[in-house]
Amino acid sequence: MPMPASEIERLITAGIPDAEVTIRDLAGDGDHYAARVVSRSFAGLSRIKQHQAVYAALGGRVGGELHALQLETAVPNTENTSD
Amino acid sequence: MTDARSKIDDIVKANDVVLFMKGTALFPQCGFSSRAIAILDRLEANYETVDVLQDPEIRNGIKEYSDWPTIPQLYVKGEFVGGSDIMMEMFESGELQELLKADA
Repeated sequence: MPMPASEIERLITAGIPDAEVTIRDLAGDGDHYAARVVSRSFAGLSRIKQHQAVYAALGGRVGGELHALQLETAVPNTENTSD
Repeated sequence: MTDARSKIDDIVKANDVVLFMKGTALFPQCGFSSRAIAILDRLEANYETVDVLQDPEIRNGIKEYSDWPTIPQLYVKGEFVGGSDIMMEMFESGELQELLKADA
């Protein structure tokens, strides 16, 4: 079932409050998206854990309601590594 | 351990490089699985594949096994590496080549 990009963004930022979310609709069908999520909370986490945090924010929709979400995660590059 | 879990565990431990995917290496049934195969082939990796569409128990069980909601899933030396997005990032950064080389 198609889901608007704004809803994906809302769910991710609800779960990861400082996340900067950029969403692209890959096919224009409301069902194939690419998301880039940047958050300080990812610092020190493996890629797997970063992606799992986004999947958790999306509450089990990925792989079900949301078939195709290409995901890229990153820590802001202004990250102060001393903390 | 459930049956599905121990079946998956056996596969993961018995194969140094194994991709759980939809379809086969020759006929992937999903764009993400197809992308994963393209990456492994590009790296000339020796790998096994498991077609989750042939086994509903594995198809559901693998998601719990790794706490990862999507397929494909790559395992190297018994460790979950990630799905096709992570494979692509690791391919582009050269990490996947290193990981697979270390395996050879």
